[in-house]
Amino acid sequence: MEPLDLSHENGELELPSEPMHLNMGPSHPAMHGTVRIVLELSGEIITKSDVQIGYLHRGFEKMCERGTWAQVFPYVDRLNYVSPMLNNVGYALAVEKLCGLSVPDRCQWYRMILGELARISDHLTCTGAMAMELGAFTPFLWFVKAREMVWDILEEETGARLTHSFGRIGGMAFPPSRDLRALCSSALPRILEIVEEGEKMLLKNRIFLDRLEGVGPISGADAVSLGWTGPCLRASGIDYDIRKAHPYLKYDEIDFEVPIGTSGDTLDRFLVRLGEIRQSKRIIEQSLERMPSDGPICCDDPRVVLPSKDDVYTTIEATIQHFKLIMEGAKVPKGEVYSYTEAGNGELGFYLVSDGTGTPYRVRVRPPCFQVVGGLSRLIDGRLLSDIVPTFGSLNMIGGECDH
Amino acid sequence: MSQMVLERLRERFGAAILETHSDFGDDTAIVDPSAWREIATYLCNDPALEFNLPVDLCGVDYPDSWNGPSSTARTGRMEVVLHLYSIGKRHRIRMKTRVGGEAMEGAELDSLTDVWPGLNWLEREVFDMSGVTFRGHPDLRRILMYPEFEGHPLQRTYPAGKTQPLVPYRTEASAGMPIDKLEPFGEFEGMPFGRRPDPTAAGVG
Repeated sequence: MEPLDLSHENGELELPSEPMHLNMGPSHPAMHGTVRIVLELSGEIITKSDVQIGYLHRGFEKMCERGTWAQVFPYVDRLNYVSPMLNNVGYALAVEKLCGLSVPDRCQWYRMILGELARISDHLTCTGAMAMELGAFTPFLWFVKAREMVWDILEEETGARLTHSFGRIGGMAFPPSRDLRALCSSALPRILEIVEEGEKMLLKNRIFLDRLEGVGPISGADAVSLGWTGPCLRASGIDYDIRKAHPYLKYDEIDFEVPIGTSGDTLDRFLVRLGEIRQSKRIIEQSLERMPSDGPICCDDPRVVLPSKDDVYTTIEATIQHFKLIMEGAKVPKGEVYSYTEAGNGELGFYLVSDGTGTPYRVRVRPPCFQVVGGLSRLIDGRLLSDIVPTFGSLNMIGGECDH
Repeated sequence: MSQMVLERLRERFGAAILETHSDFGDDTAIVDPSAWREIATYLCNDPALEFNLPVDLCGVDYPDSWNGPSSTARTGRMEVVLHLYSIGKRHRIRMKTRVGGEAMEGAELDSLTDVWPGLNWLEREVFDMSGVTFRGHPDLRRILMYPEFEGHPLQRTYPAGKTQPLVPYRTEASAGMPIDKLEPFGEFEGMPFGRRPDPTAAGVG
């Protein structure tokens, strides 16, 4: 018998192997949202990956070209379906920019409150789901419990838990309810308590940290050139938050901070999102204090805003105005406009082209997570197969938004 | 806001900048498609402009008599709109160009994926939805639609209610590999009844 050749170090022995192809998704427990990743593996190392999206494509932009400007609101609800209110506000601001409208102060504060509530629910979903995919089921249930409190407030305000369709061109559908202050002040501290509990569970857990630290890092310059925005970009140390850089609504009058990461790895993305929940709470509390308790919620431009029901039922002018606004839609001036807001995942942009009629000529949405997911290949190539789960989870891909 | 950017573009590229405007506060430059790449590279690399974040790329179709909100003469049908932002300088610009004839013939544009890698998916999307081909793109496939899809849905001439032909089942011969699956019982197996030919109609066997 020949003696064994022991001169090789362990890792040097190369076994000849064919690369293995593996389909991850579109229906896979870790691929929430439907996305498919075709992987080429060498052992457990990913040598090549091809991320394929489009499974949830519903022709959002094509549908928008058929109805009136106001009929787009239900569609934008279904873009990022964990924070629909931010989409509503983003679209309303875009059309108002085109019309040259500005909404009353009360409405601006109200939009900020509802938007920040939606942001909390977005971040709770993302961080909770990410923990669950790594086996930590309890924090997920806690975070969903907290999200339920947010949705209870939103249901009280808008009548719907998820698809509110609450934005209007030139205002909001209804003024704030009388209980809004009481609801927020009782729910917010409890939400924060739950977040802190969940955070303690996770961030003192060696296994959880080992799976996040140093996994899927990206430098700030790379993230920018990929077109990343939002928490993923800020985790890489780039201080770009539209609420601070180009304040809209009343964000310039509010005192809040923008959490920034350092290394841009998965842990940083996780921490930035948790930090933003705390900042959102601060914003809501300040806005609640400063929101006037009476006054109009919509601007008084009769060309876009529906008349009050009392008038519609009693005067012929208001009836006709109502009829024309519903049947023909508000006439939006000719032109093109790009309006951007900070949504849960980053810059949510609307590029609108109007030919002066009641129907949009083109509604282009710039979904933040489209480009974030576009950079996923770069994060996972050369890493372990199991790293896909936390990396993908931390990007918070929302199918409805990413696939249009 | 960033009139400076438009001025510098006009100075440097002259005739290649067909029109500039700042309607609604959005600075816009309409450029010649042949200078698309050159101008984009300049916008990205010039230290005073430093447009490092590729925000958005989309196609807007103007097949009819309305030529869009700009006042320049009609040069093409499909307008490709690029939005850029500079993280350091905090300014934005919109760059537009027109490509393609009345039937979208010759709708080609230089790819900018090596200037901003983030445009990779966006260019694929514009190719998929609007039908503009990007020269030099490393991987120009459909992204939101499936490979067998016919047409480009965001062209205005694509009817909103159009149905697509059924994708035939793959055979072992067409796939070039063994498919461990039962043969389908017929061409229309698994398809909704509305998509099957009516067996009672004349001429359908």
